[in-house]
Amino acid sequence: MTVAKQRTAVLGVGQTKYQSTRGDVSMAGLVREAALRALADAGMEWADVDAVVIGKAPDFFEGVMMPELYLADALGCVGKPVLRVHTAGSVGGSTALVAASLIQGGIHRRVLTLGFEKQSESNATWALSLPQPFSVSINAGAGGYFSPIIRQYMARSGAPELIGCMVAFKDRQHALRNPYAHLRQHDLTFDQVVEAPMLWDPIRYSETCPSSDGACAMVLGDEVSGDAATGPVAWVHGTAMRSEANNFPGRDEVNPQASRDCAADVFRQAGISDPRAEIDVVEMYVPFSWYEPMWLESIGFAERDAGWRMVEEGATHLDGGDLPVNCSGGVLSSNPIGASGMIRFAEAALQVRGMAGDHQVDGARRAFGHAYGGGAQYFAMWVVGAEKP
Amino acid sequence: MSGAPDGEVRLPASLRGVEPVQSVRTPIRLEYDYRPSASAESYLRAYADKRIIGHRSPVDGAVFIPPRGVDPRHGVAISEEVDLPDTGHVGNFCVTHLPIPGRKGLEVPYVSAWIHLDGAAVGFLGLVRGCPTDEVRIGMRVRAVWKPDDELGTTAENILHWEPTGEPDVPLERAGNRSFHASQPDAGGDTGGEADA
Repeated sequence: MTVAKQRTAVLGVGQTKYQSTRGDVSMAGLVREAALRALADAGMEWADVDAVVIGKAPDFFEGVMMPELYLADALGCVGKPVLRVHTAGSVGGSTALVAASLIQGGIHRRVLTLGFEKQSESNATWALSLPQPFSVSINAGAGGYFSPIIRQYMARSGAPELIGCMVAFKDRQHALRNPYAHLRQHDLTFDQVVEAPMLWDPIRYSETCPSSDGACAMVLGDEVSGDAATGPVAWVHGTAMRSEANNFPGRDEVNPQASRDCAADVFRQAGISDPRAEIDVVEMYVPFSWYEPMWLESIGFAERDAGWRMVEEGATHLDGGDLPVNCSGGVLSSNPIGASGMIRFAEAALQVRGMAGDHQVDGARRAFGHAYGGGAQYFAMWVVGAEKP
Repeated sequence: MSGAPDGEVRLPASLRGVEPVQSVRTPIRLEYDYRPSASAESYLRAYADKRIIGHRSPVDGAVFIPPRGVDPRHGVAISEEVDLPDTGHVGNFCVTHLPIPGRKGLEVPYVSAWIHLDGAAVGFLGLVRGCPTDEVRIGMRVRAVWKPDDELGTTAENILHWEPTGEPDVPLERAGNRSFHASQPDAGGDTGGEADA
């Protein structure tokens, strides 16, 4: 059953600079910095916020249990509802969607939502490789998990071997145009990307995301708030979440059912039948380069086994591409895990507000934000637009 | 310490000139006794006899390994144990060049693979050795190499690794998780997740 939703708008976006170590701030200082910037962008004060929805990766990364409790002061939400969201790597996206649902459902009028990670105070790779009692301990981090899936995609699609390197090089070039990006490698050459050592063959060091500290925040508001805004806002045209188990008979790990269902749902809500033609810019969760062509296919921007052709043709490049992907530099250039999904959603909003600076896609009217997590099993997506739906 | 209005920190005299602490490392560990579920206990005890057991779904006969006592696709309990052979194929794999801290006897590069036992509907992780890493293939047939009998315990680590059998490969469209649908009546090969719809 579908019920009418209240219209929802992104009123403000705030990001910290993403870098390997923010030693000058605590977690509280980090999240407050992003929140203050989002409030300033929205032209609002702490008192204007009705509720806060916060997300991050699992607590054992930094070893601070339920940090949302300790962060309540820093986020100005003492005495206000606070909600914490958990969906592994997709959490930044899911957190934004939970915040949006509070407005869509008419519960609140203005919600501050935020994702963060302080990877310098944790060790995510080995936190994800805990020994388990009834299996052998040989998996080395997320790359070890996703490498076989990428290998399967390469085998079944017949993609040329260097497609992943093309994605990595493209995203690092995009990052040079985003002052918030972590990796800004001005002298990087394509050959250097290709010649980088293999970590989890077929994944090279150059094709993986960095470990970053950072936070990203958004202020979402209802229709009255969106209409009252003095600056441009991004209207939410569709929101969807899906999940599935990470191992079951017949599972298509390359193109999970949950991903396909999630994309179909969000495009149906937005009234989009030809995603490649009707979406102007995409921010998708690509922590390992090959996931760009894989998600292009799964989401429906490309036919099955043909996503790599879009990469090869430069279709996803900010310069000259018809569907620029990750103009911000993406997860491959900045990865504060709990924030990474929200950055995708926030960057999509910035694009349709015309506020993406040097990585703005000219005339972007509709944008797609995407996050995935776990064993490619949790999905969060939204479509935002310059016009009210 | 108190913050001055100009943001400068006023230190007490005893701390002046002392190098400021930027961060501290506090490694944490948790040791615990693991009490397996009934199905996990059967699975681990069988290893001591060089047996590998799975659970067969009453819905469509799919065999799960490790056995969990449930078919998560249909939400039904499973009680039927089946013995699986120690032969199968590589469904998928990673050549890892990154050493795992504290993990002994695992020199890089090593091949971690999803091993799909003959008759099982899902894979489980194992090491592949016995051939150069660049000769490992999706669909390669393998068999288990067990620890010597006097070293066997109630652990999945009884299987040291998997080695090639030299038999012809399983074709790509029937390797790994695709093998389940390929084995079903009316299967059209690589049907993705559609059969669950």
